[in-house]
Amino acid sequence: MTKNIDITLKIWRQKNADVKGGFETYHASNISIDMSFLEMIDVVNEQLTLDGKDPIAFDHDCREGICGMCGAVVNGRAHGPEKGTTLCQLHMRHFSSGDTIVIEPWRAKAFPIIKDLAVDRSAFDQIIVAGGYISVNTGGAPDANAIPISQEIAEKAMDAAACIGCGACVASCPNASAMLFTGAKISQFALLPQGRPEAALRALAMVRKMDELCFGNCGNERECEVECPKEISISNIARMNREFFKAGLGSAVM
Amino acid sequence: MNWFTNTFGSSLGKKLMMAVTGLFFCVFLVLHLAGNLTIYMGKDVFNSYAEHLHSLGPLLTLAEWGLLIFAVIHISSGLLLFYQNFKARPERYAVNKRAGGRTLGSATMPYTGVILLLFVIYHLFNFHFVDKTHTTIFQIVSNAFAQPSYVLIYTFAMIIAAVHVSHGFWSAFQTLGANHPKYTPFLRGLSLVFSLIVGIGFGFIPVYVSLLV
Ligand code: HEM
Ligand code: SF4
Ligand code: FES
Repeated sequence: MTKNIDITLKIWRQKNADVKGGFETYHASNISIDMSFLEMIDVVNEQLTLDGKDPIAFDHDCREGICGMCGAVVNGRAHGPEKGTTLCQLHMRHFSSGDTIVIEPWRAKAFPIIKDLAVDRSAFDQIIVAGGYISVNTGGAPDANAIPISQEIAEKAMDAAACIGCGACVASCPNASAMLFTGAKISQFALLPQGRPEAALRALAMVRKMDELCFGNCGNERECEVECPKEISISNIARMNREFFKAGLGSAVM
Repeated sequence: MNWFTNTFGSSLGKKLMMAVTGLFFCVFLVLHLAGNLTIYMGKDVFNSYAEHLHSLGPLLTLAEWGLLIFAVIHISSGLLLFYQNFKARPERYAVNKRAGGRTLGSATMPYTGVILLLFVIYHLFNFHFVDKTHTTIFQIVSNAFAQPSYVLIYTFAMIIAAVHVSHGFWSAFQTLGANHPKYTPFLRGLSLVFSLIVGIGFGFIPVYVSLLV
C-alpha cells in the first residue's frame, strides 16, 4: 500500500562555520511513505533548485546504512527516532501527514559546520591516525585460522568494528563526548592478538588526541549506545578505560 | 608534561579520580548512616556512639583530612569536566529529546553535586564547628531539628544526595572499567537501592528527631 504524506520541515541553514545559522521552514507535499528520509530531502532540494534557490547541503554516500556519511538530528534524535538505523535507512512511513520535523546538524565544537546539515568530522580521522591501526605489513592474506581466536572474542571484536564513524554518538551525547567511537576503535584492536603489541601506545595516543580535539567527557549517560546505528555498547568505553589505565599506570609507555 | 600529569590530567584520568573519590564518599555515607541510625536507640546510645567516634583521636583526624582532600579532588575535577563539557557544545540543539539512556540522576550530576557541596558546608557549621563543651551531640541535634527550617533543608539535601548517588554509584564502576554483562545490570539496580537507602535512611532522621521534641 503506498501512501503520500504532507509534512512541514524546519531545517537548519548555515552558509559556513563563520556565519550564524537559523531555521528555515519548508513544506514537502505528496511525499511517498516508501521514500527514505534523504530521498525526501532530495525532493525538497529539487524544488529549491527549480526555484533558483540554494539546495540544502547534507552528507550521504552509500544510502544503505554502511558508510557512515549521513546523519542529522531529527526532532532531537540523532538519525531520527528508529533504533539501530542510519538517517539514510530511516523511512518516511515513520512519519504522519501534518507532522513538523525539525532537522539540525550534529552539534559539537569538534565537528564544525561546513554548510547546513553537513559537518566536518575529520576530528574522527585524526583520532584514527593517532593509533587506530596495526603497524605490520599484512602481505598476502594469511590463513584466517592461523591464530585461534574464540568465537566470543571474535564476536566482541566484530561488534566493536561495526562502528561506521557516523558521529551520532557525539551528536547525541549531552557532553559531546567521542568516547563511544574511540572506545569502539580501541576495542576492536585490543581484543585481538594482532592488536596487543601496540595496545598501550594506541590507547594513550588515541585518548590524548581525542582530548586535544575538544570533545566533551563521558558522564555514562548512555544516550550514545541507544542512538548508535550499529548499537555499539558502552562496554567498549569501559574497555577503553581499562586499556588507558593499564597503559598509563602499568606500562612503560610514556 | 610527564606520564603522571599526562595520565591524571586527561579526560579519563579526571574521571578515574571522580570515580575513586566518589566511591569513597559512598563508603563514607554507609558508615555515617550506620552511626546516625543509633539515634533510634535513644539519646544515650547516640551520645556514646559520638563519644566512641571521638575517642579514635588521631585516626578520626586522619579520616577527616582524607575526606577533605578527596572532596577537593572530586569537586575540582567535577567542575573542570562540567566546564569542558559545556564548551564542547557551544551551539545547543533547538529540540532536545532523550533517547532512553539519561536518567534524572545522570542528567543532574553537576547540579546535585554543587547543592551537596553547599549542604556539606552548612552541615559542618551546624554540627561540627560548634562548641561542644557544655552540651551533648544529641542536644545540639535536637535543638537544630526543633526548627522546621532545619528539617526541611536536611530532608531536601538528602533527597539530592540520593539522586546524585543513584547515578554516581554504578557510573563509578563503569568509569573504572568494571562493565560486565552479568554484573552491570545488578550494579545499576544496586545503585537505585543504595540511593533509596541514603534518601530514606538519612532523610527520615531529621523528621524523627523533630517529632521527639
Ligand atoms: C556525599 C557526597 C558525594 C558523593 C557520595 C558523591 C559520589 C559520586 C560518585 C560515586 C560519582 C560517580 C563518578 C563517575 O561517574 O565515575 C560522582 C560523580 C559526580 N559528582 Fe559527586 N559525590 C558527592 C559530592 C559531590 C559534590 C559536593 C560535588 C560538587 C561539585 C559533586 C559533583 C559530581 C559531578 C559533577 C559528577 C559527575 C562527573 C562526570 O559526569 O564525569 N559530587 N559523585
Ligand atoms: S560508535 Fe556508533 S554512533 Fe558512534 S560513530 Fe560509531 S557507529 Fe556512529
Ligand atoms: S549514507 Fe551511508 S550510512 Fe547513510
